[in-house]
Amino acid sequence: MSAKKGIAKFFSDYAVVIIFVLLTVFSIGPSGLSISYIIQEIITRLGRNSFLVLSLLLPIYAGMGINFAMTLGAMAGQIGLIFAIDWGIAGWQGLVVAFLVGLPVSLLLGWVCGKVMNMAKGREMVTGYILAFFISGVYQFFVLYVMGSVIPMRNSSITLSRGFGVRNTLNLESVRQALDNIVLLKIGPFSIPLITFVIIAVLCVFIVWFKKTKLGQDMRAVGQDMAVAEAAGIPVERTRIVAILISTVLACVGQIIFLQNMGNMATYNAHDQTSFFAAAAILVGGASVTHASIPNVFIGVILLHAMYIVSPLAGQNLFGSAMIGEYFRQFIGYGVIAISLVLYAWKAKKAADATRLGLRLGAAGESTIVKANGDSGNGTGSAGKGTAGGSK
Amino acid sequence: MRDIKTSIQDFGWPRIIIFIFLIVLFILAPIVGVRLDASISDVLNRFGQYAILVLALVPMIQSGCGLNFGLALGIVAGLLGSTLSLQFEWRGFMGFFGAIALSLPFSIIFGYIYGKLLNKVKGEEMTIGMYVGLSFVMIMCIMWLVLPYSNPQMVWGFAGKGLRTTISTEGYWFKILNNFLAVKIGQFFVFPTGLLLFVAICCYLVWLFMRSRTGTAMTAVGSNPDFARASGVNADKMRTISVIMSTFLGAVGIIVYEQSFGFIQLYTAPNPMVFPAIAAILIGGASVNKASMVNVVIGTFLFQGLLTMTPSVINSILQTDMSEVIRMIVSNGIILYALTRKAKVTK
Repeated sequence: MSAKKGIAKFFSDYAVVIIFVLLTVFSIGPSGLSISYIIQEIITRLGRNSFLVLSLLLPIYAGMGINFAMTLGAMAGQIGLIFAIDWGIAGWQGLVVAFLVGLPVSLLLGWVCGKVMNMAKGREMVTGYILAFFISGVYQFFVLYVMGSVIPMRNSSITLSRGFGVRNTLNLESVRQALDNIVLLKIGPFSIPLITFVIIAVLCVFIVWFKKTKLGQDMRAVGQDMAVAEAAGIPVERTRIVAILISTVLACVGQIIFLQNMGNMATYNAHDQTSFFAAAAILVGGASVTHASIPNVFIGVILLHAMYIVSPLAGQNLFGSAMIGEYFRQFIGYGVIAISLVLYAWKAKKAADATRLGLRLGAAGESTIVKANGDSGNGTGSAGKGTAGGSK
Repeated sequence: MRDIKTSIQDFGWPRIIIFIFLIVLFILAPIVGVRLDASISDVLNRFGQYAILVLALVPMIQSGCGLNFGLALGIVAGLLGSTLSLQFEWRGFMGFFGAIALSLPFSIIFGYIYGKLLNKVKGEEMTIGMYVGLSFVMIMCIMWLVLPYSNPQMVWGFAGKGLRTTISTEGYWFKILNNFLAVKIGQFFVFPTGLLLFVAICCYLVWLFMRSRTGTAMTAVGSNPDFARASGVNADKMRTISVIMSTFLGAVGIIVYEQSFGFIQLYTAPNPMVFPAIAAILIGGASVNKASMVNVVIGTFLFQGLLTMTPSVINSILQTDMSEVIRMIVSNGIILYALTRKAKVTK
């Protein structure tokens, strides 16, 4: 019985991972790509994306779900890169300058984001998602109208012909793969950007260390139960802001690493899909909205990108249309996020129902507790009553 | 004095700012050389074009499912209806109402499944709705490529299969509502009677439904699920009905939009339709769990007015197109405002 239950639990816990492995393995054949090509691509993409995905971890520890507002940090990184290019600083020094410019911006945005999320407890994910769009509007305003008019730009080759605003596509030639190429390790047919991986490893060590600090422990306590943490004297709101702040700064660095590898940047929409890819990756890796670990990040990046590498060609060869593969992989990305969120919400609801039932079956004298429990479980509902009454 | 203060607080500062901004734009328009009559005609037209998509959000807000970020499902149902209507070469009112009728079964199927799903994930409807919508639109992208449509006006010329990204409704039911009983005053002003009439009828029907037995039960579920359950209302059933309604209204909304706009937009086009609708109803004064017809009408008018007037007026003043940026900041700002405001009430 318990073995059967264990297997069932394994499948329900890792359903997404299993589906993904199967899909990818079956697509490798029809795609016609060689294994060594796929491995090289995965190594490149691990270096490119892991840092961004790692930036999602802390908010999950703090119980704030997937930080879809990590895009804010990505935008800060892009602003940094634009200035680095404008000032004509090449090589890895350019990336450092980009980070130094992006750092204060990402700190500011992260603080704003934390404040906003504290005003929207219990719905951080959707709020973060919208906040990203909102700040994206502000970013466009800044880059399209302020840069070059209010803030002087030196390099005329990156401004629009009208004199202000930055061009749609920014060529990052001077910093292209500046980080990856410092030490490019060759092992057999594969080349590995060593410094990039060292930086990612340092971040992993930092996260492991951070979890053990007082702040890290507080964060987990807040993630478990805000009310209990508050009662234990943990500054809940401040801890949550710190989690988002660190996540935003990490996303800023992550986006700089991402873009230096890509080599050029779509100024106005390079950040559009950042949070989508990061969220899909961590969820594919077996994380949920409440639990995530460093292995989830790497498994996720490998699986998601293996899928992304093979699916367009598999679609081309199986259905005669590359677009089908393209749409299919996007569907898989969104679908994975949807399924993970559904599974999580479903489990949470089942657990809540189970505790409720347990209480109900208990002594009759406990009926008041049941009622109280029911009320807290239906926070949305009672809030609805409040507003309805207020506006009448 | 206190009454004014509380009523302002109830109405919300963002709405007041947007309202004043719109009035300023209307005053500025003639000064900077934008024709006022043409602008008003434009605003009315766009109001009618979007109103039903906004109306589609009402049932789910009332039943406590929150803002329907998965409205794309309804839009896809509408797209299926309208493309089928074109495939059968139905023209005129037959084509328009045929499209609505054909979208009904799809709306019911999609809405039913979507509703069942949302019942399992109470409290997370909005985030999940968003991703369900996004992934469904992606499946449909594949479907548009492989479904056996054959009307040469709709499929890619060279391949002979796979639908085009935009399909013209010209010659079928283009502006069928707009031109119905339309009143033309002067060279620039057209009053789209048929369109506004249709919107009014839809609003009235939804209003009527909300006052019916089922509608009241639905509102009860949204206001207080425990109380509703105690009074013998099946909460899950009510929520599912509201989702189906919302999906169907979304389908009708997109068909009305297409007849006025002139094109059926397929593939990823449904995605960017959702946020403006949500922003509009929130500007109109709705919250995450309470909405009325007044919110729909005021909100659509304010939001579409803003979208119509900002490009023409601001562009004439600044000689540059800032409308996209303003649209992004206003529409997302207002959604953000609504999402953060409710938490304060809870406190």
